[in-house]
Amino acid sequence: MTPQAGVKADSTTASEPRGRVFDAARVREDFPILAQRVHGKRLAYLDSANTSQKPRAVLDALDRYYEQANANIHRATHVLSERATQGYEAAREKARRFVNAADTRSIILTRGTTDGINLVAQTYGRMVLKPGAEVLLSWMEHHSNIVPWQLVCEQTGATLRVAPINDRGELIMDEFDRLLSDRTRIVAVAHVSNALGTINPVDEIVRRAHERGAVVIIDGAQAAPHLPIDVQAIGCDFYALSGHKMYGPTATGLLFGRPELLERMPPYQGGGDMIQSVTFEKTTYNVLPYKFEAGTPNIAGVVGFGAAIDYLQGFDRAAVLAHEDALLEEATERVAAIPGVRIFGTARRKTGVLSFTLDGIHAHDVGTILDAEGVAVRSGQHCAQPVMDWFGVPATIRASFGIYNTIEDVDALVAGLRKAREMFAA
Amino acid sequence: MSDLSDLYQEVILDHNRTPRNFRALDGANRRAEGFNPLCGDRLTLFLQLDGDVIRDVSFQGSGCAISKASASLMTEALKGRTVADAEALFQRFHRMVTSPPDTAVEDLGKLSVFAGVREFPVRVKCASLAWHTMKAAVKAEKPEVVSTE
Repeated sequence: MTPQAGVKADSTTASEPRGRVFDAARVREDFPILAQRVHGKRLAYLDSANTSQKPRAVLDALDRYYEQANANIHRATHVLSERATQGYEAAREKARRFVNAADTRSIILTRGTTDGINLVAQTYGRMVLKPGAEVLLSWMEHHSNIVPWQLVCEQTGATLRVAPINDRGELIMDEFDRLLSDRTRIVAVAHVSNALGTINPVDEIVRRAHERGAVVIIDGAQAAPHLPIDVQAIGCDFYALSGHKMYGPTATGLLFGRPELLERMPPYQGGGDMIQSVTFEKTTYNVLPYKFEAGTPNIAGVVGFGAAIDYLQGFDRAAVLAHEDALLEEATERVAAIPGVRIFGTARRKTGVLSFTLDGIHAHDVGTILDAEGVAVRSGQHCAQPVMDWFGVPATIRASFGIYNTIEDVDALVAGLRKAREMFAA
Repeated sequence: MSDLSDLYQEVILDHNRTPRNFRALDGANRRAEGFNPLCGDRLTLFLQLDGDVIRDVSFQGSGCAISKASASLMTEALKGRTVADAEALFQRFHRMVTSPPDTAVEDLGKLSVFAGVREFPVRVKCASLAWHTMKAAVKAEKPEVVSTE
């Protein structure tokens, strides 16, 4: 599927040497967990949109950190602390290049996308929202890009607006325009929908929001493993993503924020490392980005996150995306051919996920039957209950694709679904 | 994991296809909603209590085969029982679906078809949803006359 403006098709933001030829079967061998058999079957892991598996390079980075470098960062003079600090800050620099931010001060290391969105809601949101002001979301948002805004709207008296989607699961831009007004202070949208796979036209959303004086935060959790990200080309004010969806450890991630906004924002949490000086009379906060990183962070995780970025950027990203999209297309065609299948999310530009139901069989039962065949999918609401309500289904089955998936995984999915139909045939 | 046919026994598939007592209940005086956010299962349970005896029971809603069949078989098992008896039966049912796979289980008649659930721990919630909702319904503080529109 075609890359959009704001996304570099040639992935020139990476620092690592190019040239590892992409071969999905070889890539699969980089992931030790995929070598196991489950219920006696080859493991077909099709739940990467939930969380991705981790390559050996990331696991080794975690081990190496704890075996050779573990110490607290930014606050001791011994050699271990220097190593830990160096590893942590090197990961920040990798993260900066990953999203092509101009300034290292704009990269806040977080526990993940949810953490980043809550940070913006509770700092920038509380600073600018008040009765009469509005936050504009899309109908396809993950709960983590809904609930933080509901909370801050309750706290400030601001109003939440939601732009609807069409039957294909695409944002209706005319409706978005109609809801966007001079009252809109914040626009929060997913780059890629986790439940539908829709790629939103984020650069266009940013352009229109900026014309009205609103700032834009992009939830990049599902985009990060698939699309090269360029926050300068997109032009967004904030961009949040999670390490664990892009082959890194859980509880890692980054929040990009424009430094001039971050400077004006109050701190998120108070504690060690986010201050310059503390007295009972007055505390001065640390400079960016440390002002937003209170307490001892997930140092090992961040080092692993850096290793995941190196791993991913070591490939020709366009080739990886083409492979994933070809698998998605093949899976879509073959699943759609099964009687009783209804597919949700048929956006003209989509990536990563195939969401569907099987007539007469609840998604949860399908999930159990697929699991017995070694096929891991997610069945349920995908933390996107409004999307499910929009389409009028209680739950869907979601197969999602990553760098290590092969055509054998699609074969196993299709065979498992046919088995489910047989079992439940009246 | 043992064979899927332990979980999806013919009785369960049958009650999934044609659930019994699947309707709103005229004359119900207790009602509760059950929701399993993991899979989106939702059910409404209707009880007609006469003193402490369950005269009639029915349910409506949508859910996976395990939750639907469990609700259906539960309604058949509860009619005519006292509330205390029904709650005791839930305890025995819960013990059965959470006991270790290789141990002997108590014979619970038709409800024994759910013994296979213990080999699928994530599905215990599905099998128990109707029972939890029943417990909530009998505890409902204000008896509520349910309209059946």
